[in-house]
Amino acid sequence: MPEQEAAEQYGTPAREVGEFLRRRRAQIAQRWADESLFRTVFTVSRDEAVESGLAVVEALAAVADGGRVQDSDAAGFDVVRERLARMGASRSRAGLSTARVSTEVDALRPPAEDLLVADLPDAPERVVRDCVTTLTVLMGTLRLVVLETVLSEGQELIERQRLQLLEVATPVIELWDGVVAVPLIGTLDSARSQVVMESLLEAIVDQRARFAILDITGVPTVDSLVAQHLMKTVAAARLMGAECVVSGIRPAIAQTIVHLGLDLGTVVTRASLADALAYALRESDTGRASAGPGGSGRP
Amino acid sequence: METSTGVGADLPIRSDTDLMWVRQHVRQAAAQLGFGLVAQTKLVTAASELARNTLVHGGGGRMESAPLGQGRARGLRLSFHDEGPGIPDPERALTDGYTSGGGLGMGLGGARRLVHEFSIDSAPGRGTTVTVVSWAAAPPRPREES
Ligand SMILES: Nc1ncnc2c1ncn2[C@@H]1O[C@H](COP(=O)(O)OP(=O)(O)OP(=O)(O)O)[C@@H](O)[C@H]1O
Ligand SMILES: [Mg+2]
Repeated sequence: MPEQEAAEQYGTPAREVGEFLRRRRAQIAQRWADESLFRTVFTVSRDEAVESGLAVVEALAAVADGGRVQDSDAAGFDVVRERLARMGASRSRAGLSTARVSTEVDALRPPAEDLLVADLPDAPERVVRDCVTTLTVLMGTLRLVVLETVLSEGQELIERQRLQLLEVATPVIELWDGVVAVPLIGTLDSARSQVVMESLLEAIVDQRARFAILDITGVPTVDSLVAQHLMKTVAAARLMGAECVVSGIRPAIAQTIVHLGLDLGTVVTRASLADALAYALRESDTGRASAGPGGSGRP
Repeated sequence: METSTGVGADLPIRSDTDLMWVRQHVRQAAAQLGFGLVAQTKLVTAASELARNTLVHGGGGRMESAPLGQGRARGLRLSFHDEGPGIPDPERALTDGYTSGGGLGMGLGGARRLVHEFSIDSAPGRGTTVTVVSWAAAPPRPREES
């Protein structure tokens, strides 16, 4: 059968596609440079777009050679993963949805496919079809690689926002003249307690506060690490000349602290924020009173 | 009898976020088994200490939780497992104030005081498993002989 014979001079579709990609790399890269993905990322110079396109084509050829056209973890992608990540990130920062980025990567397939078909004028129909299918799968995998990088960039964004949230979620409020308070909410992990300590110390200086109230009503669990953070914060506030009061210790937490064996020692504690404020006001009055004789302004 | 779906679990302990999930799970499981607020808080705090030890000293591991039923009493068993360096002298590690790092050294001993049953299985180089059990109400007594 002549058809059969003709087919035998061709390798596996993956091999053929790999060879095609290498043979036509320059043309493919030129065409890709005009597609919106490359065109919009590399706005400054077209050469840069072409160069990037070349790198991607070569990576695709390596993946095809390895025969794992469906595998987004294929080693061939490694050399361009970072480049693709930067391109994907640049597109999503420009406000494109993940679906749009996906469409842009998809748009790279038709020009490559046209070149592939043109490159196999004498090949039997079956060979052409298999090669086109293989290229389609390979380009689908490329799209997957790009989307994976876009999504992991999204993860990092969430992580960054979480850190920012940490800061806005620890407002230090001036409760009274010379009395500042931080209502703590959520898990008091090391990162968070560092932020709390910094903003509290800053507020103590700014407001010339003599009392700082740490309200832990919103802290679900007080274990030894949380206690340690609290005590460090109290000690640092003391060094700044402010006395700390910890308020909002719920009954269940109080019992747990006792069983745990934690000694909050010299830390002044009060049941509620209001109690803590009352304590601070009384103390500052007696403080002022005892500093009274010789003071100038008081009637 | 109500089911205790979601009480049994096998959770990874590899990051601070995992510690949060562990606490969350223990709180929910204990509530589901009918633990009161104080009992929940104690068990969650013990779990927090032990999970942090698994992470910090054991280099990471996991927690398994399983519901227990003995007559009408309902309990929760938590098992913290790692394949870290192990604890050469568990008695000393349980001593309040003993720490090999910069901690308060209250975690292990404190956790023991917060639960009804507590056991450490550890050997140098083999890792550590700490298992605790708490009951919703008072722990069930061994059947009395009459
Ligand atoms: N899973 C573990 N693997 C290895 N060593 C451990 C493990 N758990 C505890 N230890 C050892 O036991 C010691 C005491 O533990 P404990 O939890 O009481 O204190 P800590 O973790 O040092 O401080 P903290 O009071 O903050 O918990 C630790 O310092 C550590 O040397
Ligand atoms: Mg500990």
